[in-house]
Parts: sequence; structure tokens; C-alpha cells
Amino acid sequence: MATKQPRVIVVGGGLAGLAASVRIAEAGTPVDLFSMVPVRRSHSVCAQGGINATNEVARQQGYSEWMHMDETLYGGDFLNHQPPVYDMTHWAPRIIDLLDRAGVPFNRTSEGRRDLRKFGGSLFKRTHFSGATTGQQLLYALDEQTRRHEAEGHVTKYEFWEFLWPVLDDDGVCRGIIAQDMRTMEIRSFRADAVIMATGGCGAIFGKSTMSVICTGAAAARCYRAGAWLGNPEMIQVHPTAIPGEDKCRLMSESARGEGGRVWVPRKQGDDRKPTDIPDAERWYFLEERYPAYGNLVPRDIATREIFNVCQEGYGVGGGNMVYLDVSHLPDETKHKLDGILEIYEKFVGDNPRKVPMKIFPAVHYSMGGMYTIYATEEKKPVEGDEGQAIGMKFGDPTNMQTNIPGLYAFGEVNYQYHGATRLGANALLSCIFDGLYCGLGTHNRVTNMDKPAAELPDSLYNKYIEQEQAKVKHLSEAQGKHNPYELHERMGSEMTAACTVVKTEERMTKAYGVLREIKEQYEDIRLSDTTSWTNANLGFARALGDMIRYAEATLLGSIERKESRGSHYRPDYPERDDAKFHKTCIAKYDSAGDKPIIEWEDVPCPLVPPRARTYGKVEVSAESAASKQADLDNKPGGEGYSQRPSETSPVYGTETNGKDASAS
Amino acid sequence: MTAATTPTPSSKQKTFRVRIKRQESQGTDPHWHTFDVPYRPNLNIISVLQEIAARPVTAAGEQVRPPVWEANCLEEVCGACTMIINGHVRQSCSTLLDDVLGDDNTLTLEPMTKFPVVRDLAVDRQRMFNALKKIKAWVPIDGTHSLGAGPMESPEQQEMRYALSRCMTCGCCLEACPQYTKDNDFIGPAAIGQTLLFNLHETGKKAAGDRLNVMMEPGGITDCGNAQNCVKVCPKEVPLTEAIAHVGRQTTVHAVKKFFTGK
Ligand SMILES: Cc1cc2nc3c(=O)[nH]c(=O)nc-3n(C[C@H](O)[C@H](O)[C@H](O)COP(=O)(O)OP(=O)(O)OC[C@H]3O[C@@H](n4cnc5c(N)ncnc54)[C@H](O)[C@@H]3O)c2cc1C
Ligand code: SF4
Ligand code: SF4
Ligand code: FES
Repeated sequence: MATKQPRVIVVGGGLAGLAASVRIAEAGTPVDLFSMVPVRRSHSVCAQGGINATNEVARQQGYSEWMHMDETLYGGDFLNHQPPVYDMTHWAPRIIDLLDRAGVPFNRTSEGRRDLRKFGGSLFKRTHFSGATTGQQLLYALDEQTRRHEAEGHVTKYEFWEFLWPVLDDDGVCRGIIAQDMRTMEIRSFRADAVIMATGGCGAIFGKSTMSVICTGAAAARCYRAGAWLGNPEMIQVHPTAIPGEDKCRLMSESARGEGGRVWVPRKQGDDRKPTDIPDAERWYFLEERYPAYGNLVPRDIATREIFNVCQEGYGVGGGNMVYLDVSHLPDETKHKLDGILEIYEKFVGDNPRKVPMKIFPAVHYSMGGMYTIYATEEKKPVEGDEGQAIGMKFGDPTNMQTNIPGLYAFGEVNYQYHGATRLGANALLSCIFDGLYCGLGTHNRVTNMDKPAAELPDSLYNKYIEQEQAKVKHLSEAQGKHNPYELHERMGSEMTAACTVVKTEERMTKAYGVLREIKEQYEDIRLSDTTSWTNANLGFARALGDMIRYAEATLLGSIERKESRGSHYRPDYPERDDAKFHKTCIAKYDSAGDKPIIEWEDVPCPLVPPRARTYGKVEVSAESAASKQADLDNKPGGEGYSQRPSETSPVYGTETNGKDASAS
Repeated sequence: MTAATTPTPSSKQKTFRVRIKRQESQGTDPHWHTFDVPYRPNLNIISVLQEIAARPVTAAGEQVRPPVWEANCLEEVCGACTMIINGHVRQSCSTLLDDVLGDDNTLTLEPMTKFPVVRDLAVDRQRMFNALKKIKAWVPIDGTHSLGAGPMESPEQQEMRYALSRCMTCGCCLEACPQYTKDNDFIGPAAIGQTLLFNLHETGKKAAGDRLNVMMEPGGITDCGNAQNCVKVCPKEVPLTEAIAHVGRQTTVHAVKKFFTGK
């Protein structure tokens, strides 16, 4: 495939990969798009709740792009890089407009305008949604635009192809990829002048999560093993409300709470009455009482820890690991907006959540960390609502969201940039599409100015990598060891979940690190039950497992070395946020000689907003203390007009403290 | 109650039987494998397959290669995991074992029959994606630049488009449709639904003529025999009956207009 025209490879056809493909094809560079599944079946279809952007109504109530940025940084406990977040939130309204033009059936008000709902981490309604399957609808719109470019010959799809390794030349520049056809099992090289990784999250290193089956993180791990750095791999989001299941934990979207759903447990420990028989006064709405301003809509890490603690203290439903998420009191029109998720509960649990409270518990959900990336900055002209100096990324700069390897980029969930230590609900879809549209142009600009195009490189460069991958396959299929890859994966998943999710202690994590090392040894001694050479899923899984173990090691070691608590990363042995030591990006570099991660730290510049304590206005209450009726008032179901901003400006930021004082900032 | 000691009268024993139709690849002969799997309440079909894949030993004690199937989201939204479960086409992630295991205590899994088999339970549905290309299933926008909001839309129309837009290209409707076969060229109900979806949109309408031309061609909407099987099996309750009726009318009007204007 030696053509002179520069080409871009996009690995991954979720929102990030599709947005990038459309943007780059439109700019005039042909795209080769790789995905393990038909792109229309990518994990992004699972997103339920919505996508954030300020709009005219919110603006007239005092909201702005700046505040959206500020919420994102406050939510992320100031670990996010600020200039990219500045641009993301300022582009958000345009992104919604574009999706709207592309036909996304956003919910409408009676006048025919786009409706909004409330979501976590904000006191404003600023979340756009399409029923309860927003991700599906956004993905389809971008899939359709991609198909149009495909029909016109600008995009070539390689579906059911698995990315195996990035091709790096002698100068360490990325020049293409090695991939395998998952049906014929053919391994081939593909040349490109830039490669964008848009391969999503890594939930499977925890065994069960809310993510899709193919979200293994293996693609990112392969780049890491090839020399790309990971950024904040320890930052993993555990979503407060999921339905634990045999094969996966199914998400019960934050939109349930955004529309007025309430989380509660019986006030009396071990109360075994049916939930519908427990009167309101005997229910403990612990989030509403502890966080009167945000109520059920505190950020996810906080809700997760509160739920986890309430269960630890024995208040869980039936004494177990379960709390109620209740939408049964909501009016029918509101429930209708939640149909998509209520159906999931009904289908998989059997109860009708329109009538009975749902039983939920936290589950691994999102990777804030991922591949380490850089960007170029530029001062911008402040827009209305900006409350300070405006600094964003330099639009069109070829380094935007490039990894430490020139020519290798990371977009979407696999990019560590936007969400710091906790992602706010409905900000992920935004960051994925933003990466594709905004940073895609930079990638296009890179390849249009290449002095040595990939098409002119010698075959030997590529053949070397093909041989490397063929050797791996040979090794795996000939292995006659005694360990079953599925069992090893199960063990790794339960170890990671126990040691490295809601509560992380040095002792438990160090033990887990040892267990991982053991699993790594056992992995060298595995045996596949399928050694045939046609659509061999067993081989693909076993190969990915080896990469997942390396990713898990980086996640664990990063967690051990970050000796502070910040956002989703909670260390009871270091309960304070320690800005002096750890207001830093954790960078994991792969030491191939020692087959282990090396952790380094890099300052996080804060050119826009100085860090402040992150408390969300917490007050101390217990199950016995009087229920705060105020919470009920704040929590009126949505759908009837837009909520007002509370009278004082920023009433909740940095006033109360729950021990996490940003003393060092 | 002595339920703890006496076996339950239920037909669901400690293990249940799973029969899987296997095929190495296209063009090879299919064969069956039988597995005995330990029963647990609340299993979905994917969990059953995972259990078998982790320890692929048949009821006769023979070690075989693990079965191949397609799945991704596990929550009935990606459309990947369609198969024939005890004779009915449906999603294997959202089908609970307890709902389908009959008195014979047997679960039978087969690949869909309207698509070429890739291996075991995985089939090749590329024809569905090609149909989307054929009917120009997209809104022809002027590019991704910042050009303001899209058209306003009534909540009623949004509801209709949303219902059509939930189609996850699973293929259940095509499997059930008597008119859709492996070797004819009927475009099938899913694509008819998508035709309506885009013909309803203000900007999407601009290509309505092209879409209706496809509907008029052989393999278009006139091949539909109105058997209504499609709508009965659609897991997403896509309003296919309405779509077929609507697109049928649009096609007639389009054909008449074409006849008189020659365009
Ligand atoms: C249940 C659930 C609900 C959510 N709801 C919301 C929400 O309401 N709002 C919000 O903002 N966010 C939400 N999120 C988060 C959001 O959905 C994801 O962060 C986002 O969809 C990720 O998109 P992506 O493009 O980065 O990757 P994905 O959509 O995960 O796509 C990854 C792509 O990479 C491909 N790929 C992976 N590995 C390889 C490989 N080795 N070779 C080739 N291809 C490969 C896959 O085939 C796929 O096409 C939710 C997440 C979950 C789990
Ligand atoms: S109505 Fe009948 S013939 Fe027409 S598409 Fe549906 S199943 Fe097929
Ligand atoms: S119309 Fe329904 S059955 Fe047919 S492909 Fe779409 S979702 Fe599946
Ligand atoms: S796995 Fe996605 S629909 Fe079943």
C-alpha cells in the first residue's frame, strides 16, 4: 500500500475515533479506521445519561463555559490540565449544535428546543440528552457521518481487526501499526504518517465493570510497553450506582438522580421490611443530609465512598452491600425519560423500578488516567462569562494530544488529559468528541507537512514488527502449561477490585502487587484450549491478558506511590490531599529490562484557576439525626423549568471541610 | 419446611444441558456439542457461554475448543450478540436462562440462519451495514464547522425519530422476516426503518428521493409481504410496522411524481 499521499490511522471507532475520522477526512487526509467490533457496536453506545454544555437558558441563569470548566477542575480535584479543559468547555455548545445538525434526536421542550437535565457536580441544568441512550444516539450520528465519508472513499474501515503494536522507526517516530484480522488471523503492517489511539477504557483489569467486553486497556498497554507513557493510571472511577451481575455490572445512570432519583437506606440497621413499607421518616437519605447543596448529585467518588461506608457501617439493605436508588416517586413523564435505563433494570433484575426502589452498589466505571499526552498553549480572547485570563490549546497545533512518541496520539477515554482525579457525569462523551474534532485538525496538519512520508520507508522496518507479533502468537499457541487464561483473569480482577478501587491502603495494595507478580509468572505457563487459526477468540483474549497485567501493575504502583487522597483516589492511610507533594501527574514508564513500571511525577500547571479545597459543602450527620427537609426542596424532579442558582455565589466551595483541606495550595 | 434437604420439584436441576451448534467456518459442515453446566439463578445466556468457554469440556468428557460468539455491551444496546435461543432469535445478553429453560432442562444455541456463519455462533452481518450505505443513512450536513443549531423539532417528532434511531442493527427482524433470505437482495425491515428516520429529518429529507429510489428498485419495499414477523421480534420495539406503511406511502407518491416529472 505504498501511496505518496499522507494517511492517518485511527485505532478505535467509538466517539473519539469516529469524530477524529470525520474531521480528518473532511480536512482532506484519507483515514484508515481500525476496530475490533463494527464501529457502530463500540462501547460508546452504552453511555446513557447525557453530554454537558452550557446553553442559552443556563447562561441567562448565570452559568457559563467558564463555570463548566471550573466544575470540571473542582470535580477533578485540580489534577486536570487546565488549557485543554478551557477549550473543551468553550467548544461544548458548538459540539452540541453540530450533533444536533447531524440528526441526534435530543429530547425537546414543548417549544421544540433542546431540553436539559441535571447531572452530578453542578447546581445547574446543563446536560443534553437523548432519552436514556445518549451515547448510542451520538455514536450513531458520527457513525453515519463516517459511513458517508466511507461511501465517498475518504475513510477505509478495518472492522474485526485488532491493533497489536505501534511501528516506531529508528528515531522513535510512529510510522504505522501492526494489526491482525480477527477472522482470518492474518497479521499485517499498515503504514501511516500519524496514528491516533482512540481505544477507550480499561475496565476489564478489574474483572467486572460497567464497561463493554472489549474495554481491556490492552491497546494502551501495548503502546506503553512500546515506550509510550501512561498518565495517572491510578485514577479509576467507581460509579456509585450499578447493578451487580454475573457477567458484568450494569450501570444505573446518574440521570436517574439527575431527574430526581433518591438514594437511601433504612434508618434502622437490619430493617427487613419491604422498601415500599418503610415510611419516609424511617428512611435515611444520607447524601441529601450530608450534602444539602448537591444532595444526590455530589460527584461520583463522593457518592461512592458514602454508599460504601454506609454499607460498611451495617446500614446496607439487608445488612449487605446494597442501597436503594428510588425513582418510584417521580411523575410518569419523568420516568418516561428514563425508560432506557429502567428497562435495563427490569430486564436483568426482574423488578419494576417504576414501582419498587432499585438495589444498587458501586462498580468500576471509567479510567480518568490513560496514555500521557501533551499540547501547545495559546492565550485566547476571553469570552463573556470568563472570569480570568483565558488560556487554551493552540488550535491546529500538531502536538495537541500527542503522546511522548512523535506521531502517536491518544484521543477519548484512553487520553488522560481532561478529568483529573474524578470525571463529572456527562463530561466523557464531550471530551471524546472534542478530542476528535479539535485535535484531529492538528493530526491532519502534522501529516501534511512530513518531510519523510511513511510510504517511502523500507519494508524491513515493518517486517521486523510483523515477525515480533507472529512470534508471540506462536509462543501462545504452542504453550503447554497448566494455567487457564480465564482463571488468571478472574483472579487478577478480584484482586484489583479488592485492593485498588474505593479504598486503597498501602498494605492491601502491596499484597496485590505481589499477587500480580505471581499471576505474571503463571501467565508464562498457560495453555490455550483453542489453537486453530480461524477466528480464534481464545488466542486474542490470552494475548490481551498479558498486556492487561502490565497495565494493572502501573495502576497499582501509581496508587501505592500517590500517598495522598485526591478525588477518586482515596487512601485512609493518607486521608489529606497533599498539594506540595502530589499536585502532580503520575507518569508510568515501562522498564522493559525489568518488566515493571517506573513512576515519575510532573507538576500540573494551573494557569487559569488556583486549586481550592474540594468539599461540596459537606455537613456531618448520622442516620439518627433529623432528616433535612431542605434536601427535599432542592431535589424536586426535573422537567418543569430550570433550577435557579442558589442565592450566594459559590456557597459551597471551600467553606466546610471534611478534613481534606487544601492547606498546601 | 424441609426445603433444604428435599430436592426442589423444579425441573431445574443442579446442572442443565447446553447444546451448541458448531461450525468451523463458512462452507464446513455444522455439528453439535453438548455441555452440562452448573445451575445458578439469574444467569444470562452470555454467562452460560463464558462458563463453557472457560472450561470447554463436553458432557461426554471430551475437551473441545471454546465456542465463538459475538458480544460487547452486555446490556442490549450494541446489537452484537444475536443468536437463536431455543428456537427464537434474540439477544443472548438480555435473555435470562430462567426465562427460557423448559421442562427438558436444555438450552439450545444456534447461529442466525440468514447470514453467513463466521464460526459457531458468530455470523457476518456486513449486508446490514451495506444497506445503510445504499440508503444514504445519514444527514447530509455541510461539514463539522460551527454553523449554529440544527432545525427545531417537536417533541412528538423527536419521539418518533428516537424510537427509530434505537435500531441497533442486531438483525433479529431479518432473521424473522420470511421475505429476507440468504441469497435474495431484499433490503429488509431494519433499513426501511432507517429510511423513515432520515426522511423525517429536516436536513435528512434532502436525500429522501435517493432513498426512495432504492425502495422502488428490486429488493426494495415492494418485496415486503407485510407478514409483520419483524416487529414482533425486535428487541428495541422499533416501530417497523409504521415505518413500512409510511415509507410505502412515500414511495408511491415519489413514484407518481417521478412518472409525471421524469425526475
Ligand atoms: C455504562 C456506561 C455509561 C456511560 N454514560 C456516560 C454518559 O452518560 N455521559 C458521558 O459523558 N459518559 C458516559 N460514559 C463514559 C463514556 O461512554 C466513555 O468514556 C466513552 O464512550 C469512551 O469513548 P471512546 O471513543 O474513548 O472509546 P470506546 O467507545 O470505548 O471505543 C473504543 C474503540 O476502540 C476499539 N478498540 C479497542 N481496542 C482495540 C484494539 N486492540 N484494536 C482495534 N480496536 C480496538 C474498539 O473496537 C472501539 O471501537 C459511560 C460509560 C459507561 C460504561
Ligand atoms: S412485514 Fe413481514 S415481510 Fe415485511 S419486512 Fe416485516 S417480516 Fe418482512
Ligand atoms: S429493527 Fe429491531 S430487530 Fe431489526 S435490526 Fe433494528 S433493533 Fe434489530
Ligand atoms: S452484547 Fe450488546 S446487545 Fe448483547
